[in-house]
Amino acid sequence: MSADVMSGNGNVKLPIYMDNHATTRPDPRVVEEMMPYFNELFGNAASRNHEFGWVAEQATEQARERIAKLIGANTKEIIFTSGATESDNLAIKGAAEMYREKGNHIITQATEHKAVLDTCKRLEKYGFRVTYLPVQKDGRIDLDDLKRAMDDKTILVTIMTANNEIGVLQPIREIGAMCHERGVLFHTDAVQAVGKVPFNVIQDNVDIASISGHKIYGPKGVGALYVRRKNPRVQLVAQIDGGGHERGMRSGTLNVPSLVGLGKACAIANEEMAEEGKRLRGLRDRLREKIMGQLDEVYINGSMEHRLPNNLNISFAYVEGESLLMGINDIAVSSGSACTSATLEPSYVLKALGAGDDLAHSSIRFGLGRYNTEAEVDYVANRVVETVTRLRELSPLYEMAKEGIDLTKVHWAAEPTH
Amino acid sequence: MAYSNKVLDHYTNPRNVGSLDKNSPEVGTGLVGAPECGDVMKLQIKVNPETNIIEDAKFKTFGCGSAIASSSLATEWVKGKTVDEALEIKNTEIVKELSLPPVKIHCSVLAEDAIRAAIGDWKQKQGQEKSAPVVQHANVVQPA
Repeated sequence: MSADVMSGNGNVKLPIYMDNHATTRPDPRVVEEMMPYFNELFGNAASRNHEFGWVAEQATEQARERIAKLIGANTKEIIFTSGATESDNLAIKGAAEMYREKGNHIITQATEHKAVLDTCKRLEKYGFRVTYLPVQKDGRIDLDDLKRAMDDKTILVTIMTANNEIGVLQPIREIGAMCHERGVLFHTDAVQAVGKVPFNVIQDNVDIASISGHKIYGPKGVGALYVRRKNPRVQLVAQIDGGGHERGMRSGTLNVPSLVGLGKACAIANEEMAEEGKRLRGLRDRLREKIMGQLDEVYINGSMEHRLPNNLNISFAYVEGESLLMGINDIAVSSGSACTSATLEPSYVLKALGAGDDLAHSSIRFGLGRYNTEAEVDYVANRVVETVTRLRELSPLYEMAKEGIDLTKVHWAAEPTH
Repeated sequence: MAYSNKVLDHYTNPRNVGSLDKNSPEVGTGLVGAPECGDVMKLQIKVNPETNIIEDAKFKTFGCGSAIASSSLATEWVKGKTVDEALEIKNTEIVKELSLPPVKIHCSVLAEDAIRAAIGDWKQKQGQEKSAPVVQHANVVQPA
């Protein structure tokens, strides 16, 4: 399957992976750090009475410290989970159940990850009231909308730091400040932001934060949840019972090798984030300039100013996303097109931007990462431009647009039924 | 989800891409689907007025690889057939030929609709159908 090709400044090895918002390749240093815990250091971190347990426990504490350091928290405020989906569930359901006497209103927003949205939907079935704030064209919420939505029954606001599809950053510092003024808890799904952009739970006024291992060059199947202990002290009702691990908040034997991996990934991020952010921003901007410089009618989805340095999400008018992916099938990226989703629904995130389904169907998400090179960026840019050009020749919409027909005025035969 | 070889072939080497003169009395144009759905197919046929045989067919498609392949295959199949024979083409035959998975069956349905829409348009031009064509197709406002 793999091949070496010449591109611009050097060789690229195919296939190229440029889908780092979906997952990241574990850093070799992370894998190395994990290995002993699969071998001679295999003890259960909860075994209090022998060295096997003590060694595992020590490794766990070190991992906690490394995660805490990256986000400006205290070691005691980090609990381990099976991943960010579980962290989101624990944060939202755990807070809702704990503070139910105080109120039953939760506020979130339209472009959250399904782990947050589906959890909120379930809470609605249990009698909670949830407000889903809209986003503006740039993908950010309007702080005035949030202010207006809060009432005396609001107990929790959950808004992500960075979006996984469009990379847009929400104004979490201001959101957190607003919440603290009103005694409302603020949870943020920080999965795509941690280790990529500066994130500090004190400065950003965050009370609860979800973290994922496999998004920051760590292993899959492990995540963490930051749970504030001071100003305010946050308590969560456990969603998994049995043994009382993690201060009673999350029972279950700890996945020591994986959490060691997560800790190491965070330590690396702490050291290298600034440099890496700069490098990836440069690569991302290069990709954008090369594509936009050679094609017309190409649109960036979401704010470029408030965005992860490694994300690019572009719609190519008159070309459908899956056919574009097919044409660049030696490059791993993803699309907001309905044809690429299991449910045949176009991306709800792009819909929330007000782009229109046709641009959602034409979108490609590029997620640059630690292992991408300039040569790869040049190769990808060329292949994308070449494929879009070819597909536009095949496109009846491009033909009609060139004839001067206003596509918004056409009465299409198959109006969507959904 | 891997693509079938036939789909990849039609995608990489599509047959009969292009346009015929939609104002010609011998040409029928079918435009089906909607950008909002992610699938739009334009299929055109040129029919010999004496024999009713489809002498040429062209397509353009906005849609996924399976949609492009389905419409490319449709143009291959209608060429050389009479208009009535072309109306017999079923989407299930397209599914079989391209090994389309269940989630892509609708692409073949749209291709069948495109054939019918093109034939319907041609028939209307011949005055053979006073009423609406076989399949409703898009109403395009030409620029002034």
